[in-house]
Order: sequence, then structure tokens, then C-alpha cells
Amino acid sequence: MNKMIELIIDDEKIIIEEGKTILEAARKANIYIPSLCYHPSQTIKANCRLCLIEIEGYSKLVTSCSTKAEPNMVVRTNSDSVKKARKITLELLLSNHDFNCSICSREDNCELKKVVDKEGINDSRFLSFFTKKPIDNTNPSIIRDINKCIKCGRCIEVCKNVQGLNILEEMSRSHKMMVGIPRGKYLSDILCTFCGQCSSVCPVAAITEKDDINKVWLAINNPVKHVIVQVAPAVRVSIGEMFGLEAGHNVTGKIVTSLRRLGFNNVYDTNFAADLTIVEESYELFKRVKEGGVLPMITSCSPGWINYIEQYHPELLEHVSSCKSPQQMFGAIAKTYYSEQLKRKPENIFVVSIMPCTAKKYEASREEMKSDGVNPDIDAVLTTREFAKMIKQSQIDFLNLEDGNFDDPFGFSTGAGTIFGNTGGVMEAALRTFYEMATGKALANIDFKDVRGLKGFKEAVIDLGDKKVKVAVVHSLLNAKKIINMLKENRADYAFIEVMCCEGGCIGGGGQPYNNQVDVKQKRIDALYHLDEAKEIRKSHQNPFIEKLYKEFLIEPHSDIAKKLLHTTYNDRKNKPEV
Amino acid sequence: MEENIILTKHINKINPMAIDDYIKVNGYEALKKVLKDDPLNIIKEIKESALRGRGGAAFNTGIKMESVYNEKETDKYVICNADEGEPGNFKDRYLMENNPHQLIEGIIIAGYAVGSTKAHIYIRGEYDKSKNILMHALKEAKERGFLGSNIIGSNFNYEIEIFSGMGSYVCGEETALIESIEGKVGRPRIKPPFPTVKGLFDKPTLLNNVETLSNIPYIVLNGGSKYASIGTESSKGTMLISLSGNVKRSGVFEVPFGTSIKYIIGVLGETTFEKIKMIQLGGPSGPIIPLEMVDLKIDIDAMRKSNLSIGSGAIIVIDNHFNMFEILRKNIRFFEHESCGKCTPCREGIRQIRYILSLFVNNLANQSDLAMLEELTHYISETSFCGLGQAATNSVASTLKYFRSEYEMRIKK
Repeated sequence: MNKMIELIIDDEKIIIEEGKTILEAARKANIYIPSLCYHPSQTIKANCRLCLIEIEGYSKLVTSCSTKAEPNMVVRTNSDSVKKARKITLELLLSNHDFNCSICSREDNCELKKVVDKEGINDSRFLSFFTKKPIDNTNPSIIRDINKCIKCGRCIEVCKNVQGLNILEEMSRSHKMMVGIPRGKYLSDILCTFCGQCSSVCPVAAITEKDDINKVWLAINNPVKHVIVQVAPAVRVSIGEMFGLEAGHNVTGKIVTSLRRLGFNNVYDTNFAADLTIVEESYELFKRVKEGGVLPMITSCSPGWINYIEQYHPELLEHVSSCKSPQQMFGAIAKTYYSEQLKRKPENIFVVSIMPCTAKKYEASREEMKSDGVNPDIDAVLTTREFAKMIKQSQIDFLNLEDGNFDDPFGFSTGAGTIFGNTGGVMEAALRTFYEMATGKALANIDFKDVRGLKGFKEAVIDLGDKKVKVAVVHSLLNAKKIINMLKENRADYAFIEVMCCEGGCIGGGGQPYNNQVDVKQKRIDALYHLDEAKEIRKSHQNPFIEKLYKEFLIEPHSDIAKKLLHTTYNDRKNKPEV
Repeated sequence: MEENIILTKHINKINPMAIDDYIKVNGYEALKKVLKDDPLNIIKEIKESALRGRGGAAFNTGIKMESVYNEKETDKYVICNADEGEPGNFKDRYLMENNPHQLIEGIIIAGYAVGSTKAHIYIRGEYDKSKNILMHALKEAKERGFLGSNIIGSNFNYEIEIFSGMGSYVCGEETALIESIEGKVGRPRIKPPFPTVKGLFDKPTLLNNVETLSNIPYIVLNGGSKYASIGTESSKGTMLISLSGNVKRSGVFEVPFGTSIKYIIGVLGETTFEKIKMIQLGGPSGPIIPLEMVDLKIDIDAMRKSNLSIGSGAIIVIDNHFNMFEILRKNIRFFEHESCGKCTPCREGIRQIRYILSLFVNNLANQSDLAMLEELTHYISETSFCGLGQAATNSVASTLKYFRSEYEMRIKK
């Protein structure tokens, strides 16, 4: 335990660990200091100069984010000079900002608008130098609108320090300084993975997911379309945060009811498709191990990860499982089996998915993801944030909704499908099925605790009786890079590797509610494991509806029809065509 | 005054391209002396000399050296800041072009004292001539065994590398300069940690100005107390003044601290005072004072008490045919152009200052513009991330104080 120190902020005695900053001390004591560039998961940048405070005995105001709290310091957060400086900082930011707030996509969760409102600022006293610049909206996942950018640098840092990429940079200087891509390129021109982590840390609407809400409304209101929706596992333990609940609240029932109220014809669970993925993927692993196929096999359900390996390390693509992701398996089944059952043409079925992810929008747009070769299997993807926005648009009192249940047949899932939403979950789910396939014996202890948790790089050894297999789990592209290097140097003696593009897995996805920091991620993860434990069936291959689906339609894992619908191929996309 | 000349003593008497000329005037004797000595004794002498940094911040050089010495790291660096980018300053160039070995010797001694094995000279991109002379001097020093392995028979090895800046003013700021050498965009780092603890490549780094380091051989040879006998109570030794503007004779002059501005302009600059209206100290980042204050003496702490600073030694004389607001606008435009764009006050605030000044230039300002100018000037200097923004509005702040009537005269009635 660190030494505790005592300081005074606004006449209040605060006790805090030595080494913490004044901003941290104030936040802990619930004393308000506005900030913009500060992010609890990132390094201190002190760019925005909004968190200025006054310390007795200091000749100048200092930024509280970058100043350590010291014993007996006397701090004022609301003195006249602090208030004046804060006001000027905000007015200066507004003098070069597209503050058309009423039509901005951030609506009520813009960090800039929140602090401006709190300071009671209605207008900037300064001359506006704002001129509108073009918006980057050339890809299906992410929109960059530099007219909104306040140059805090959070996006650059998450891309570099968490994902190990350098997509965005601070360019030019003085008031021309902007966050962008060299040589005026668009995100679609360069090797961006569309993970959307930048959009989840942006304080304003400078980087957002591409808005597909209207597309969904059009389908819902089109009488010809039968509109169905699937909900990814990570969404149910996070969307509550958008309505004021604490992180880790499971609101599955309210999600189902709200989707019905929004007008979806049937509401299904991506967890079901995750169970299907596990059956196909475990069988693939079983075959590769038995027949001497390419090992280690690597998971394929994270589209940001797929973009990464296709664009940066295509020579390793043979390691990647051929299984489509649960989202796409659901889409393929919906546009074939389900359409036959329903006796409706596939083009009249509109499939929406609610995902914690921005890269899923890109995945849904891929050429490979059209079972009939013409129409996409997934017609629209909404992020968790977009879904919450849709609920708010419709004035649905989310927190007071009755709990609803998913529809059959794609609404039933096992505990294994549920933990797909967090790092280590796909691995654990696959091992539960793979073990029984490989040994023919029932698995007694199904909790693989070694692969759980937020550690960036996890390993485990599985005893199959006659032999042992090693597996590894990584999340975030920086950690993925480590495993790639091991593969290239032949040091990866694993049978199976799970890679998730985002830190924490899908619960930390780029489309998740803002405030995506470590403690929040842990709470979301805990909630998913609670759901898993509460399930009667916790192994994917024992899902009775999966068994039924194979019996009526797919025959068996890796049958011809399963291969056609549930598996895909990857491309070397290292050299994107010059645009 | 002859006995008070340290840095420029041999200038114009020795050929900067010939190391033998420098050796003849006791060159590299200080290095020979220290290599037999304990590094701590060198630091003791420098501390006794009370030498203060000549880059503008005037930090005690000995204390800085001591903190780098005390860091327990095997790799340490010395950086010589030769990125003389402030308009009106040309004394570092003068030293490099006329007595390069004095600087090189100072760097090697500083490196030995703090326990470093490599130094970088970060030289302003436009200083081609200085760079060529320094490169030649480094080559000669290496040939004579003053650089490289086992310097003059000792166990000490040292390398000096020249790094050419790329034309950004902010790279004169020490942490931006370090970023630039590391190959990154020149933007200032957050302090602390200070460069003495985590500098170049996160290693302890002694970063000093050309003039500061050039003083070291003299201090080593003549003793810290001898050096400290020159100057005033707070400011020891001499300072190089870059004199320019409306003077008869411009150039670099070495004066002991305590010399008055009047002496520098009148005697050294051979200029009469009747037409002089304002004097800018330090360059565009410095204050502008009226002629009435010409008796002011060059003294770091005394000037600080009146909120003034000589910066790195520029004196720019401006006579009465100039419009003060145009001069100010020019100053501000310079900082507007050179701001790195990192922090809000500097990025967005300076151009608002420029806009308000243009209202004054065109007689369009009103009382609220004056109030805003005052508030914003204070705000930018108090809240900017680095020295660039903190100093950018000094000229405006000082004229608001000393030339207030000019502002009021131009306000629309």
C-alpha cells in the first residue's frame, strides 16, 4: 500500500495515495474539474488546458491532470482566475469548431458540449475561424469529421499504443494542426482495420461509426420486408451504461422487448450462432490436429483481426480458421434455411445485427458474405451506441421495460456462446467442445480459468489423455503482433490461438458505450461469466436447436452445405489499390 | 573592459578553420587539465562560477550538471542547443563561426563531467556556414585525439554528432529539440520529467546553449571564482549581446553583466538617442520598453523583478518612424506561424491576438477589444504548454504597460 497524503481542494480535506495527480484526487472526492484531452486509460497529454487549477503559493495556474498532488497543497478549482481561464479555453475551442450541436451525432454525450454547458457558455466572444473541411466517409465502418476535432490526441494514442498501428497522425502546425492521414488519404485508402477504438475514445463527433440507423428504419417501415435482428453477447452487459446503469448490468430481457417495440419481426440471439461457430470451429481444429493440418489454428470471429492479418501479414492466412464469424453464420442461415422455413424470398428478409463493433459493418459488406452471390447476408449492422440512440429516438423508457425472451429457433444458446463476448471466451467455448470431440469423453471441469481475465497474453495446456495441447489467447492488435512474431520465428508451439482485435475482447469493442476503461471492461466480463454459469447447458454442441439445425439442414459439421454457407476464404490485401 | 572579455577574446585573431591557431591560445588545455581530475571537481568549479544558461531561461549550469551527474544510468547525453531561431539573435552563430573549438572543448568537458559518452549539436537548419565550420573543426579535433577513443591518452571516449534542424522555431524548446533528434515531430514534451532525468532516448541529458558551453574552458582554466568576480550579484560573467535595428553599428558585443542598455546602444552601437522610440529585449518573444528605461542594466534577477528579461541577449532598437501596432502584429504573426498547434491557448489564442491587433492597426478597435486583448494576453502567457506560448505575448503585454496611451488613442470614439 502506498503512502497516503493529505491535501486541501476547495476547503475540503482529501486523502489520497502519494503519486496521484490533483485531477485524480479531485475526481475521487467528487470535486468537478472539467477536462477534455485527459482519458483515464491513456498517458497525460495536457493539450487542452481545460483542467487548470490554482495552487496557493504558485505564480501561475497549472493543469491538474499533469500536476502531482503533494502534502498540504491548497488547491482552488473555482477561483475567479480559474473560471476566467476555463471560459477562454472553451471559447477558443469553439472559435474553431463546427458547433452545430443540434444536428450533431453525439447528441447528449458530447464531452465538449457537457463542459460548455456546465460553464454556462452560450457563444464564443472570439472571431470564428471555422471553415468546413471535407468529411471522410468512404468506408462502411467509420466516419471522420475533422470539423468537429478538438485535437486532443486520444485517437492517435489508442491506435498507436493499444493497437500498435499508426493510422492517424498530428499533421501540420499552428492553427492548421490537425489529426489526419498523411497525403490527404482516406481511411479506406490505407491499412486501417476499422476496429473503431479511435471512435470509442473520441470526446466529440470527430470520429464516429457510420450511421446505419436510417437504413434500419426504412426496412422496418417497408411492409414487404420481414426484418429480423440478432444481438451480440457483449451488447447485453454494456448497453445499460447508456441509460445510466453501472457497467456489467445484464439487460438481455429489456433489449429483446425494446427491439420488439422498435418493430423488428423476430428477435434472435447471436449467442446461438456462436454455438454454431464453435461446433464448426472445434471440428476444424479436431481435423487439423488429427490429420496434420496447419497449426496453430487461429480464430476468425473478430473482423478487425481479420482485416489486420489480411492487410499486414497475409502470408499467415493459412493459420486462420475458415469459419465465418457468428454474425455471418447467422446471416447465412437466415437467408437460406430460415427463408425456406418462412417461405419468403431471401431478398425480402432484412437481417440486422446489433454489435459492439465497427469492423462488423465492414465484414457485412464483404463480397464473400453473400450466400446467393448477390444480396448480403447481413443487411445492416448497428453498434451498441447506435442501438441505444435508436431506443432514445423512439422515446422508449428502456429501464422500465418488461423483460422479453428471444424467439425460437435462434434464440436458444448455451453458456459457451455467451462468453464469446470477452477475451478467452471463444477459446474456452471451443475447448469445451473440442475436448469431447477429441477424447470421446465427457468433460468434467468445464471452467478453463487460465484463459480468462484481462492479461494481454494468456496460455493454457489441455490434457487430452494421450497427449497435451498448448493454446494461447491474446487481445488488442499490439498483443496480436507478438503472437505473429512468434509464428514467424517458429516459436508458437500452440495448437490453437484466440485473437481478439480489441482490448478485453468484444466487450471492449470500438462500437461499445463510451468510457471503455479497464474497470468497466472487467465488470462487463464478470457479467458474461455469471450468465454462462447460470445456463443449464454450457457446451455448444449440446444446444438442442443446433442439433436440430444439423439434422434438418446442415447434416454434419463441414458437410458440403456447411462448408458453402458457414465457411469463407481470405485474401492478401497488403497492397490496397491506389485511390 | 579588456579584462572582462572571455568568449570573444580570440575572435578575429585566430583562424576558425585551423585548430593550431586555437591550440596556440591555450586551446584544449582545459580539457587536458580535467581529464586527470575528478568530474565532481569540474562541477564544483562551474557551480562556483555561478554560470547561468544563456538560452533565455538562465538556469544555474552547475546545478544542472550535478543532477545529470547524479543520475545512475550508463547512457547519458549532452546536447548543445545551437538552434538559434529567435529573430534578432545571432551570437551563437558568431561563436560557432569564429571560435568553433572553444565550443567543442566546452562540450567535451561537460560530457566528461556528467559521465556521458556522446553529444549532439542541434544546429539551426539555415546555419550552413556554422555547420560546415563545426564539421571541419570536429574532424580536426578527432585527428588530434581530442575526440574519439582514449582522448589524449586517457580512458575517456567521446563522440560529437551534428544534427541539422529542419526550420521549426519550437525545436529551440529543449524537449521539442529532443523529440526532433529522436526523429519525431518537434513538439514539446510534458515536464516533469526534466531532460536531466529523462531526456534524449529517455536517458539523462545535459542540454545547454552554445554560449553557455563555450564559457566552460575559461572557467576550468581560470577557476570559478575568477569568473564569478565579473558581473553583478545575481548574474556572473559576461553576456553576448546581439544588437540590431535602428543603430549605426550592429553586431555581437560581449559585455559583463551590469552593463546598461544605454552603454550598449550609445557607445558600442555608436547611436544617438533622439529618434529611438522603443527597444525590444531578447527578440520577438521579449518585452518592448520605452526609451526612458534605457538606463536599465543587464542583470537577470533585477530585470525579472520588473517582469523583464533579456532572453538570450538580443537588443532590437526601433525608432519613431515605425507604427508600434504593425511591429506587434509582425511579432505575433511570427508566433502564430511557429506555434506547434499542440495546446489550445497557443494554437487558437495567438491568432485571436493577431486579429485584435489588426483592428488597432486599422483604427477599428473599441474598448472591449482592448479589454479582451489584455485578458487574452495574460491568459496565453499563463496557460500555454511550453515557453513558446508563454512568451509569445510578452511584446503585447509590455506595450500595454508602457505604451498604453497609444492603444487608447486608437480606440474608436
